[in-house]
Amino acid sequence: MRLTARPVVWLTWGALIFFMLNLVGIVGAVVTNSFAETWFGSWLPDGYTGKWYGEAWRDYRLLDVLGVTFQVAIAVVVISVLIGVPTAYALARRNFPGKKLLNVLFLLPILMPPMTYGIPLATVLYKFHLAGSMFGVIAANLVPAVPFVVLTMTPFIEQIDTKIESAARMCGANTFAIFTRVLAPLLVPGILAASILVLVRTVGMFELTFLTAGPTSQTLVVSLYEAMSSAGIRPQQMVDSMAVIYTGSMLLLLVIALRFVNPTQLVTRLKEPS
Amino acid sequence: MTAVMERASLKHRLAEKGVDRVLWLLVPGAVFVILLFVYPFLYGLQLSFQPKGGGSPFQNYVTFFQDDYLAETVWITLRLGLPAALFNVLASIPIAFRMRGRFRGKRALTTLLVVPITLGTVLTAEGLLAFFGPTGWFNRILMALGADEPAKLTHNYWGVLFSLIITGFPFAFLLTLSYLSGIDPTLEQAAATLGASKRQRFRTITMPLLAPGLAVTFCLSFVLAFSVFPSAVMVGNPAGETHVMSIAAYETALRDNDFAMGSAIAMLMALVMLIVIGVVLIWRTTLYRGATGGKG
Repeated sequence: MRLTARPVVWLTWGALIFFMLNLVGIVGAVVTNSFAETWFGSWLPDGYTGKWYGEAWRDYRLLDVLGVTFQVAIAVVVISVLIGVPTAYALARRNFPGKKLLNVLFLLPILMPPMTYGIPLATVLYKFHLAGSMFGVIAANLVPAVPFVVLTMTPFIEQIDTKIESAARMCGANTFAIFTRVLAPLLVPGILAASILVLVRTVGMFELTFLTAGPTSQTLVVSLYEAMSSAGIRPQQMVDSMAVIYTGSMLLLLVIALRFVNPTQLVTRLKEPS
Repeated sequence: MTAVMERASLKHRLAEKGVDRVLWLLVPGAVFVILLFVYPFLYGLQLSFQPKGGGSPFQNYVTFFQDDYLAETVWITLRLGLPAALFNVLASIPIAFRMRGRFRGKRALTTLLVVPITLGTVLTAEGLLAFFGPTGWFNRILMALGADEPAKLTHNYWGVLFSLIITGFPFAFLLTLSYLSGIDPTLEQAAATLGASKRQRFRTITMPLLAPGLAVTFCLSFVLAFSVFPSAVMVGNPAGETHVMSIAAYETALRDNDFAMGSAIAMLMALVMLIVIGVVLIWRTTLYRGATGGKG
């Protein structure tokens, strides 16, 4: 038994290590280049400098871009929680005619590739002159965010005992008081987890922002893409240092997210509605 | 008096069906999804039947399949999306298997495997170009090991496939791991006491319980890979080998300003994706779908 198991184990770890080495090489190449004076066709750059970060920061107006990214992400998180949590509550607590249809409607925006609904959505937003502004970007990013909040919060609310609400009602609390003073404190961990995941998804969402953003409403991913596809004039190192800034901020968000969310548990919860 | 009672009883009957004031909470969500998802989608659908140049309502679709450059995008996209999703799911199984149970450094290893999510498509693309490029470290090592000429791994099919694996694998791995840890380990232990070998336990216990989860993982990985756009432009050859559907849709809609044709391509994209997912999910219904006995 040992003899048959060993090669598989070695192969698995070997493949994993190979994958990791390549990954380190890929990330390492970008990070090295972002600090390089010049680097053409040799193992390592000729010299090292940190000046590209400053130049990228100024030339690509990263302060503005980060500001836009932050505003868009926060707006999407707040609005999607405000819309999604009440919906999730009703879906978790009631069985009513048409519930299945509504569930499918909330599942589709997550299942569909963003490009498929992004193009019609951008068309509609352009028709009403809403695209190209911050409003358009926020609206487009809400499309997958609200269903995501609904899908993660519904099982979370289901596991809260209804007796607690009944007890509060018996003691004379009205619906508003139940929501703000009984449910909200119980929901905080779930809302926090959902918000952080929405935040990470929104900062990383390329397609929808790309389709709806104008020059002043680009988020970091989109301006990074634009910088790379319109490179040529500017040195490659500047694009690379911008990419490192992007990845650094995403990494920070993910580390924060992993403190609050256990990814493996969250996904198990997600499978139920599908 | 009777009217009041009737109203009360109607309210009562509705409440028994689950219709009461709580459902008002659904209104914002329902309005939102209809306004920003259903309406644009239907608008795009009807727009796709109004070709820019006039003619028959199906003109856009006819053009798509008659124009080889456009029709080919379907195969190009499937040729990238299916292998990438399949690889990501199959590779996650053995790794997730080793990651079951408790061991030192599990959290660190999980984090390490999840980190590629943060890389984003642009850094991955830049890294692939630099690392796998003709003068990159990978080819330098190959040459040092005695290869005759550098392997061409960027600006073609392989570059895009690698980028899909790097960005898609962590996601597939997380899902697989969560499904796998939802399977009760005592089932396997029981089989072991009855003398089942490791291979038998894997084939007759773990796999059947894991398969429905793998089907879902495959679908979600496929959706991610199928919508490939930025990396197909940057590490691929967007005018040829990796001219995928989303590039075609974007270019016709926003660069050539033919929203009708762009919508038609987007609709076809949704259709192809739904067909693949439909086939997988139909296959999934033939699988065992009872309790997995775990915490899930």
